[in-house]
This record gives sequence, C-alpha cells and structure tokens, in this order.
Amino acid sequence: MADDATAKNVIPTGSAGAGGKSPEAVKAAAPAATRRSFLASMSWLGLGWVAFTAGTGAALTALGRFMFPNVLFEPPQSFKAGLPNEYSLGVDERWKEKYRVWIIRTEEGFFALSGECTHLGCTPNYFTSEAKFKCPCHGSGFYAAGGKEKIGINFEGPAPRPLERFRIALTDDGQIVVDKSQKFQQEKGEWIDPESFLKI
Amino acid sequence: MSKIKDFQEYVSKSQVWRSIFRVGVPTTDRKRALAVLGNVFLHLHPVKVRTSGIRLKYTWCMGGISFFLFLVLSLTGLLLMFYYRPTGEYAYPDIVDLGEQVSLGLMRELHRWAAHLMVITVWLHMFRVFMTGSYKPPREFNWGVGVLLLIFTLLLSFTGYLLPWDQLAIWAITVGGNMARATPFAGYEGPGASLLSIGDIRLVHAGDDARFALLGGRFVGTNALLRFYVLHCVGIPIVAGALMAVHFWRVRKDGGISGPL
Ligand code: HEM
Ligand code: FES
Repeated sequence: MADDATAKNVIPTGSAGAGGKSPEAVKAAAPAATRRSFLASMSWLGLGWVAFTAGTGAALTALGRFMFPNVLFEPPQSFKAGLPNEYSLGVDERWKEKYRVWIIRTEEGFFALSGECTHLGCTPNYFTSEAKFKCPCHGSGFYAAGGKEKIGINFEGPAPRPLERFRIALTDDGQIVVDKSQKFQQEKGEWIDPESFLKI
Repeated sequence: MSKIKDFQEYVSKSQVWRSIFRVGVPTTDRKRALAVLGNVFLHLHPVKVRTSGIRLKYTWCMGGISFFLFLVLSLTGLLLMFYYRPTGEYAYPDIVDLGEQVSLGLMRELHRWAAHLMVITVWLHMFRVFMTGSYKPPREFNWGVGVLLLIFTLLLSFTGYLLPWDQLAIWAITVGGNMARATPFAGYEGPGASLLSIGDIRLVHAGDDARFALLGGRFVGTNALLRFYVLHCVGIPIVAGALMAVHFWRVRKDGGISGPL
C-alpha cells in the first residue's frame, strides 16, 4: 500500500515539476523525458508482446495436446495365445478378430503374422483353397503357404512389401505370447531375427 | 368493392403492418434498391447483377447450386441428428432405423444424394471459374477461398463417410486415415519423421502421430466415430459456413460476377 502510494506520487511529480519551471527549462527537459518514457514504453510494449505470444503459444499447444487421448480402450499390444499344442500345422485365425494376428505353425515352429495389409491397412481374408491372404480393399495378395520364408510375402496387387511379423515367445507357464509393439519386416531382413520365430 | 378497399386501407395502416413493412410498395428503382438493402434476407443478394452474371450459359449456376445443396445438407443433417447416436453400439442400428422405422425414411437418402451432388457441383463450379478465367485479378483471393471451400466440402464428405459405421465406412476411413501416416514429420511413416528421434527413441510413432490425433487411437474405433461426428456436424460446417460468407462477400467486392471474356 505504502509503496503504491509512493509509486503513484513519483510520476506526477516529474510533469508537475516541469510545469513549474520556466519555458526554457521545459524545452530542455522535454527531450530527455520523452526519450526515457519512450524507452520505458517500448520495453513494456515488448514485454507485453512477448507475454502475449508466449500465452497464445501455450494455449494453442495445450489445445493441440487436448486432441491426443491419454487412455485408450483398445486391446493391449501384447497377449497370451495359449499353449503350443493347441495349434495344428498351418494358419490359425482365432486371434484375428480381436488382435489382428494370425498364428502360423510350420514344421519348425511358430510365428505371428500381422493382419494389417501393407498397402493401406485393411485386413486381408485367408483363403485356404488358394493358400493366400487376399485383401478386399484393393486386391493385394500374400502367400499363406510355402514355409516360413514365403508366408506373408506379397505377390499381387498394390501392396509394396510383405506382411509384418510380431515378436513371439513362450511365457513361464508354457504359453505362447505375442508382442505387437515389436515388429519384424522381411524387406529389412528382420525375419531371421530369433525373436520373430518360436522354435518348438 | 369499396369495402375491400377500406379493409386493405385499414390493414396497411395498422401498427402491425407498418412495423413489418416500413415503406409502401417500392415504385422507383431507388426505392426498390432501398427495400433490398433494408431487409436482412434480401440484402444478402446484390441489388444489381450484370446480365451476363445470371446467364445460365455463363455460370451454369454451379456455385448457387452448391450453396443450395449445402443448405439442404444442413437441414437434412440437422434432422438426422435427432435419431443418430455416434457410438459403437448405436450408430449402425440407428442408420438402419433411419430408413426402416423413422417416418419419411428418405431423409437419410436426401442427405446422401445431396452430399454426392454437392461434391460434383463444387468441382464443376471450380471448372467453370477456371474456364471463364474468372480467377484472374482482382479475383485471385476469392479463388483461394474457393480452394479452401473445396477442401472443406471434401472433408465433410470424408467425415460423413464413417458415420454409417458399416464395413464400407470403417475400411474406407482406415484406408483414408492411413494416408495421414505419410504426413511429412507429423506422420510416423512420413518423410522426416525418423529424424525426430532421440537416440533409439522415436518421437513420432503410431501412438502419437497425425493419424493418431485424427482417429483418437491406433485404429478406426469408437473414438474415431465420435471425433468424425463432431467434426462433421459442428466443426467443419461452421468453418465452411464462415468461408462461404467471405466467398459471397468477395464476389460483390470484386465487382460482381465476372463478365464473358
Ligand atoms: C451442417 C451440415 C451437416 C450436418 C448437420 C450433417 C449431419 C450428418 C449426420 C447426422 C449423418 C449421419 C446419418 C447418415 O449417415 O445419414 C451424416 C452423414 C453423411 N453426411 Fe452429413 N451433415 C452435414 C453436411 C454434409 C455435407 C456438406 C456433406 C458433403 C458434401 C455431407 C456428407 C455426408 C455423407 C457422405 C454422409 C454419409 C451418408 C450415408 O452414408 O448415409 N454432409 N451427416
Ligand atoms: S489396403 Fe489392402 S490392398 Fe489396399
């Protein structure tokens, strides 16, 4: 309060003082006062703009962040797929609807093939008789037989690369576990990675 | 005869009548112009239009038809909103009910056909403007506004596409949404996105890129449905409406509809 009062007093004193002086003195004092007040007003103006820009930027950033949900009601990225002896040789579709994954058993073991078309992301259908995965959206085809090197390779339609595979392993209780957060791409030579294949 | 005249006189002198029609029947051009300017609905249309501006051969009336269709879509869309619930559980059954259980089951058809038509007429309007050279100064700015209007029309179509929540809708938006993966820097498969990483950690990935923000998730689910619904029924129509106001305003400020070359 006391500070306020002094601050209020300070400003008028300057101009009142100038008013009391002779006209010459006012002329002489005026440029100095103008420069000082000009600089002061400039720095306040600058500060104001900086604060305004920062505030607007922060608000827009917060607004953008608002559009990214923190909690998703989606199936988890990793799931247990049961015991190996529950699977017979070939393509198994039991997890396709929920997790979009085919578990494929070959003579040597298991791998998890992604059900997401590498063209623009539809889910291909599995056709047993033709031994292929065929995408309903634009007709991409992927081999569904021919061993672990061949299954999932694209051979027709616009898909630019083979279907991806996911990390597959055994849990302590002997179940197969699939982790979709780690993927293996054939065109990057990742299908030879031991984590992409479960030897049984 | 005079009884009727008396009655007419009585009505037209009454306070109610005069509060609505402040001036009498405009008999001169000046009064007609003032009547147009003094009415909120009539003033939306210019007082004077060049003859070439109303020649169907010149404009095809494509812009006008596009605007008319936008009004039809707003009205029918508003009516659809009384029955349609944008959730995974209800969206598809509500769409079926709109055709089978709701009286006047063609409301959805009207909305759908008008939507398809609007996309076509907007393109044709643009084609006409191009062919008549009407994008040239002073109308370059309005061409720019028009490009935005085209984009928002297509976005309305795209967001509306998901709402029936059937297989076609879900996979079409899956395909369309996946294009956002290729956004430069902001999409996780886009050019430059891999540069935005700290050591091995990618800053832009499937869980935080442009597509994720669009869909509200890693794939087309109920979050995406709700997002598209809000954008379709509120967000985009408001922006498009505002742009249309600017568009029509500029047509007048740029000297009315351009003349034949
Ligand atoms: C204020 C304006 C609008 C509102 C309130 C609105 C509202 C709605 C609602 C509630 C639906 C879901 C019901 C249904 O699918 O039939 C819908 C669907 C749709 N809307 Fe709109 N809409 C508007 C404008 C537009 C415009 C301008 C376009 C395109 C140019 C458009 C294109 C579509 C499409 C393609 C569908 C899917 C129709 C279908 O498959 O049945 N809408 N709209
Ligand atoms: S999304 Fe599978 S072929 Fe296009």
